[in-house]
Amino acid sequence: MLDLLKNILVRYRLIFLAPYVKGVTLRRGEGEAMAVLNLSELETSRRPFISSLLEESGTDVTECYQCGKCSAGCPLSHAMDYQPHQVMRLCQLGAREKVLNSSSIWLCAACMTCSARCPRDLDIASVMEALRRTALREGRRPKEARVSLFHELFLSSLRNYGRIFEVGLMGGYKLRSGDLFSDLELGRQMFMKGRLKLFPHRIREVGEVRQIFERIRDMEGNG
Amino acid sequence: MMRYAYFPGCSLHSTAADYDRSARAVCGRLGIELAEIPDWNCCGASSAHMTDERLALALPARNLAAAEKEGLDVVAPCAACFNRLKITWHEVRHGEAAKLLADLGIEYTGRSGVKSLLEVIARDYGAEKLAGQVVRSLEGLKVACYYGCLLVRPQEIMDFDDVENPTVMDGLMEALGAEPVPWSHKTECCGASLALSRSDLVASLVGRILAAAKEAGADALVTACPLCQANLDMRQREAARAAGEDFNLPVYYFTDLVGLALGLGPAELDLGKKMVDAVGPLRARELA
Repeated sequence: MLDLLKNILVRYRLIFLAPYVKGVTLRRGEGEAMAVLNLSELETSRRPFISSLLEESGTDVTECYQCGKCSAGCPLSHAMDYQPHQVMRLCQLGAREKVLNSSSIWLCAACMTCSARCPRDLDIASVMEALRRTALREGRRPKEARVSLFHELFLSSLRNYGRIFEVGLMGGYKLRSGDLFSDLELGRQMFMKGRLKLFPHRIREVGEVRQIFERIRDMEGNG
Repeated sequence: MMRYAYFPGCSLHSTAADYDRSARAVCGRLGIELAEIPDWNCCGASSAHMTDERLALALPARNLAAAEKEGLDVVAPCAACFNRLKITWHEVRHGEAAKLLADLGIEYTGRSGVKSLLEVIARDYGAEKLAGQVVRSLEGLKVACYYGCLLVRPQEIMDFDDVENPTVMDGLMEALGAEPVPWSHKTECCGASLALSRSDLVASLVGRILAAAKEAGADALVTACPLCQANLDMRQREAARAAGEDFNLPVYYFTDLVGLALGLGPAELDLGKKMVDAVGPLRARELA
């Protein structure tokens, strides 16, 4: 019964009523893509977006025929606002705002199951990667801020020591994310088992690693 | 004498120091020499490739260059490191990374190849030859071999085993006398890159993998990756709470079981560091 009601809300573009109907919950983004896309407006952004993705990922998103196999195998599609095949469709339509602001690009664990199974041989994981990089370049606030914060702190640890100082990374992540109290018991057990190394090791030639970071930043500055 | 440049990776120097110990102990027994790459740096997994393609190639390349100078192939016990190192090797040999490395002043031509420790032991040394060295058969131990994502995908680059149903670890376990169970989640993702930032999601992925192993009748899981091991072992309690069932499945590195079969003891293999008791079930079977 509730499913029927939900289908009616989605089908007739009444999803704005969903919060008022007891027992009906829509997943983020559900029903939305259909309801709010203005295809005429997207016509101008479509081609440039598709070719920038082709250049960045080597994948032509227009070749996707929407079979949905990527989403069926994706271990995280249930948590994404747009499932992988929906991301591909939005890319085809040039809906760059939607995909670049989606949670999907950050929840993608880069496990590459989608790419391995695509019957069109499309590298969907690399499209996700291209979208992440584009979103970062454009200075967008990632919808999954904690995921991108983790990556940022990981790379700063790497740059600092040449290796990852796991305890420092975990501590820094906790402070910056405000997620102070999760995993405390796990941390205690890890400590008791001697699985935590409390002091960082800085490699001898850490300057070489920092130079790699700097030179790549300069390259990116020059396009 | 087999000799490799050894790239332990960050985990094996901290949270997975036990894997480092069991890998070294087993290689020592088998006469496989591991020459640790001097002053190695982190390969960038799990974050560099998420955000910056060039960084994801340059960081592993510095290590590969050091190995190439010694004229050695690189062996990585960690599946994530193996993946990043091998992709870099591939992009230098068959892609366009050579120019990037030249611009960065890194001298690596792709002459030195990249292997996972699992390949080195199961194929280069050989499961058959290993079977002849077994002094303590693991008979009766049912194991679910968990490969995860990064050993097998992308298939055309990793060139490791069947992408949906890899069997190299299963063959190795058989050589030790153990019984690898057929099961559904060999290459499902455990969500390692989200382990800290979305541990809620990771607990549900881990729960599905553990439930599948249990359903297949496994007594234990076997991995070839410190990130998989950490997730399946450390998040097991959380996953059990979420799933409402107790799994109680120890999660071994494949080197732990190879070592046991070769006659090494729990202390030499550092088995006491696992969260889910890994020694008790062995004692109960008189395997330790």
